[in-house]
Amino acid sequence: MRLKIMIVSGVFALLSFLCVAADSPHSNSASTTVAQSSAQADAMRLEGEKRFRANCGRCHAAPQKFPPRVMATIVRHMRVRATITDEDMRLVLYYMTQ
Amino acid sequence: MKSSANSLAHQWTRVSVLPRAACVLLILCIVPALSRAQTSSSDRPVPILTGSAGYFTFVTAGQTQLNAQVNPVLLLPLGDRWLAESRAEFQGAFQRPPGGGPYGGPVSKNLDYLQVDYIANPYVTVTLGRFLTPFGIFNERLYPIWIRSLQQDPLIFPIATGSSDGMMLRGGFPANAKANLSYAVYVSAVSTGHSNLQSDRNVGGRMSVFLPGARVEVGASWQKLLQDERSNAFGFHFAWQPQRLPLNVHSEYALSNQGGGYWVDGAYRLSQMPFWRKSMRRLEVAGRAEQFFSGQIGSDAAQALGLPGANTREGEFGLNYYLHDGLKAVASYGRQFSSDGNFNLWTVGIAYRFVVPLGRVGQP
Repeated sequence: MRLKIMIVSGVFALLSFLCVAADSPHSNSASTTVAQSSAQADAMRLEGEKRFRANCGRCHAAPQKFPPRVMATIVRHMRVRATITDEDMRLVLYYMTQ
Repeated sequence: MKSSANSLAHQWTRVSVLPRAACVLLILCIVPALSRAQTSSSDRPVPILTGSAGYFTFVTAGQTQLNAQVNPVLLLPLGDRWLAESRAEFQGAFQRPPGGGPYGGPVSKNLDYLQVDYIANPYVTVTLGRFLTPFGIFNERLYPIWIRSLQQDPLIFPIATGSSDGMMLRGGFPANAKANLSYAVYVSAVSTGHSNLQSDRNVGGRMSVFLPGARVEVGASWQKLLQDERSNAFGFHFAWQPQRLPLNVHSEYALSNQGGGYWVDGAYRLSQMPFWRKSMRRLEVAGRAEQFFSGQIGSDAAQALGLPGANTREGEFGLNYYLHDGLKAVASYGRQFSSDGNFNLWTVGIAYRFVVPLGRVGQP
């Protein structure tokens, strides 16, 4: 009986772990996938910095980095104020919070 | 306490295998879901109080004015698509009376904007309430004291700017890989009630093209007054930030029955200087050249609007030193030439930008 319980619990635990692993961007076991996502993140940061300098630098000097929740508000405000595009807003937010 | 724990353990062993396994599965599924929910809430925008404060000494034609101001901005994000925002302006302008005596003067209070924005889709944002009139770029983007490179307003600034009470549609989107388009169209109702909420009845719009590669923006604005003389105002603007130089160039041209003119403004950060690098990269040299041409209204009417009473030329040169992000010391000298008389303009002061979150935030 105990063996059954342990087997069933073990199977569910394994399934749950796999679900979590699939959701988490940092837990991919294959090293190539990790390298790809890391390269993608670097590319997004670089593109975000480029968009930041092009859009925000038109009016003011680069501010310090604020916490993500503060930056999310500031970027939404600037999207309306400076009519920056949706894509620029996402990349600038990524750059300013990563 | 111990007995109740034992009782619970006893009850747990009496439950059959499948319900127990279901409980384990439920817990193991809920925990990652909760952790994901926590992650997304850590990125949720938080209300913030931001804005600027400054203290300046202006000497205009030998007359000294002490100017202290606070301009709080409240940003209140609601859900994924809404933003309520407001900016007020509290300003004290103190001068000595003509015969001598202690400094004194009015403290003015203005509500620059109080608006609700709804981001309908990537192309359209709907704004309702009192908003900054989108005419040219100075009023909406360069006006805050921590942003502007020279503290004096441009001569043509009062033309078709200020605040409007009504509705606006605006947005920005890529036209192709090399150009972004942005637009704003608005309608404003006349408001003569409370002095802080006054506006004219007008319609207008602005269209801009931005080339991210060259970092060049050009645009045009138009406004039609739907009251009194029902006049038109036209504006053009230009902004350029070269890739290889820490230089910012802005310019505007405006034409209306109240007058017309232009200004060209440049700010150069001395970060490329090969000496005293630590200090030089904090130092900015700024300059502005501008001209105003009188319009069809009289001299007194022009001055009541904040415009010069006669054809005027002005040149100004300044230095800004960034003590740290958001805090800068400013100094400038300018000279104005007009048929009403030539005089000097001196400015010395300090400008500060603050950001205060009104909720819990994570680490930067």
